[in-house]
Amino acid sequence: MGERKFMQVSDAICEAAIQAGCRFFAGYPINPATELVEYMAKRMPEVGGVNMNAASEVEAAGMVFGAAATGARAMTATSSSGFSLLQEYSVFYSERLVPAVLVNMCRAGLQADYFQLTRGGGHGDYRQFVVAPSTGQEAVDLTMLAFDLADRWRMGAVVFGDTALGHTSETVEFNPRVDSTLPAKDSWTTTGAKGRKARIVGMGDFGSPEGSSAEGYEGSRSRLVATQAHRWGPEKLAAIEATETRWEEYRCDDADTLVVAFGTAARFARPGIDQLRAEGHRVGLFRPTLVWPYPTEALRSLAVGKRKVVVYELNWGQMVDDVRIAVEGRAPVELIANHGTISIGFGRIDTPDTVYRQLRDKIAREEALAR
Amino acid sequence: MSTPTVVPLDMIPVAEKPAIATHLEHHLCPGCGEAIAIRLVNEVLEELGLRDRAIGVSGVGCHSQASSQMDVDFQQAPHGRPPAQATGTKRMLPDAVVFTIQGDGDLMAEGMLEGVQAAVRGEKITIVCFNNSLFADTGSHMTPTTLIGQKTKTTWDGRDKEQHGSPLRYAEMIATIDGTAFAARTSVHSPVHVQRTKKALRQAFETQLANKGLSYVEILTMCPSGWFMSPVEALTYTEEKMLPAFPLGTFKGA
Repeated sequence: MGERKFMQVSDAICEAAIQAGCRFFAGYPINPATELVEYMAKRMPEVGGVNMNAASEVEAAGMVFGAAATGARAMTATSSSGFSLLQEYSVFYSERLVPAVLVNMCRAGLQADYFQLTRGGGHGDYRQFVVAPSTGQEAVDLTMLAFDLADRWRMGAVVFGDTALGHTSETVEFNPRVDSTLPAKDSWTTTGAKGRKARIVGMGDFGSPEGSSAEGYEGSRSRLVATQAHRWGPEKLAAIEATETRWEEYRCDDADTLVVAFGTAARFARPGIDQLRAEGHRVGLFRPTLVWPYPTEALRSLAVGKRKVVVYELNWGQMVDDVRIAVEGRAPVELIANHGTISIGFGRIDTPDTVYRQLRDKIAREEALAR
Repeated sequence: MSTPTVVPLDMIPVAEKPAIATHLEHHLCPGCGEAIAIRLVNEVLEELGLRDRAIGVSGVGCHSQASSQMDVDFQQAPHGRPPAQATGTKRMLPDAVVFTIQGDGDLMAEGMLEGVQAAVRGEKITIVCFNNSLFADTGSHMTPTTLIGQKTKTTWDGRDKEQHGSPLRYAEMIATIDGTAFAARTSVHSPVHVQRTKKALRQAFETQLANKGLSYVEILTMCPSGWFMSPVEALTYTEEKMLPAFPLGTFKGA
């Protein structure tokens, strides 16, 4: 049984990072991620770590790269438009094989950054892990997992939170564990080349007269730290998709209607599922806990024979694309989309009750047609 | 008692490849000043015995060659970001000797924030900037240091003060920041300037070793290709055009 604390989820994410061994944080204040920056500024020095008040999100991300390149577990946190800036480095963590954890506390709507995070808003052909916690406890657990995923595959891992999750306070339990299967970092980090050949963390050894033209970046000299196995490509993608997809199925066994939602939206939807069940509707919730890699195969097999797949998300419809790719026409896919931010004029704020009504309307219509 | 070995005068080496240098050759253009500057950084690191502690961070430009020319650990950063990465590295490894190699475009255009903020924090890192007054790697384009009247492929009729502003004197500027402990500008267009550059680099790394704050060396490097002239003409151009716009000297420290 780990340490239990009642705390704001923003703080809990930071504490989870620290208990996972994060000892470097750099951030730039932006709401609604400011709480994370404040927590780290206070807490990091207490554990002997480094906290940097960066002058931009890009600078923070660069600092994280530099710290991670020494082998440290390092993190930054920001929100939406700040994430747009730091995406320059999203690319480089994954492309240059440096593990880093990035927290995005999404603004309005609460899940409007889905494309940005899962497609990669940066340039080039890269991906990054995206964990999508639905509760405070899951935020703690998945933040710890994000560090493991980043280290195992040497790339970026995003914690996809939002302002509702981040500003909720609840009791969470910390169960840090050491994954002994994670690869050692001392084979590639830049720490000063004492007693060994010098290394390059980056694109590679360009311009070495004897090597680069003949063998390309990969083989020119032993200074190259990136092994072929870690380079981005179809093999790595397949290996990640085969081993790292994660999802939850809630009351799906005999369901004829499937609701797909993640994060805060899934939390809103769950009471509605229970209510609809109580009313005799056979409905279940499929919830990806990572939205990249997406649990495509799992959803595909589950969708077979379903009367309908209803996607509920807090934006104008983004994850629905991934659901359609997964379902591939095996069942009708419908969308309940709500940007969910009344303050700047986008839609309304959903509650479990309003979600329940929308789901009921969709399901009832389908059942009436079936009769 | 051993007999001293007598070496014939013509057999005494006057120049050798520094052990830290990975290659005798470089991939830069004929007459490029950056190759000389990279060699000097190698010599200084070697003479100070820092090979095992040094971690370099290069940006994007011709200067990125440095990461392949120096047998020390290196990170290749995105354009303009080396001081941010150097900060993260130095903060995690305070005993390492962390330096950046950047061009004037990298440091003074896209990377203006990173370099200045590192100085504001007084990071114990060394920034080495090769200033050739243009983006050479892209094929000769204007940077903040391009001279008034200088023709590049983005200033076809020459840099115009009204349109493009005036050349930035970064060394003088960064010297005004409290966290900067050493700031100098040197050149490599003649042997005496090469020696002065080496001295400034040595002072910069010694400043870092003494934990005094950020140290900065800006080296004027000839760019015959980008300046559209021969290597020999580039030496004269440096003397006659670059030096008046970019005064040499130590602006802070040592």
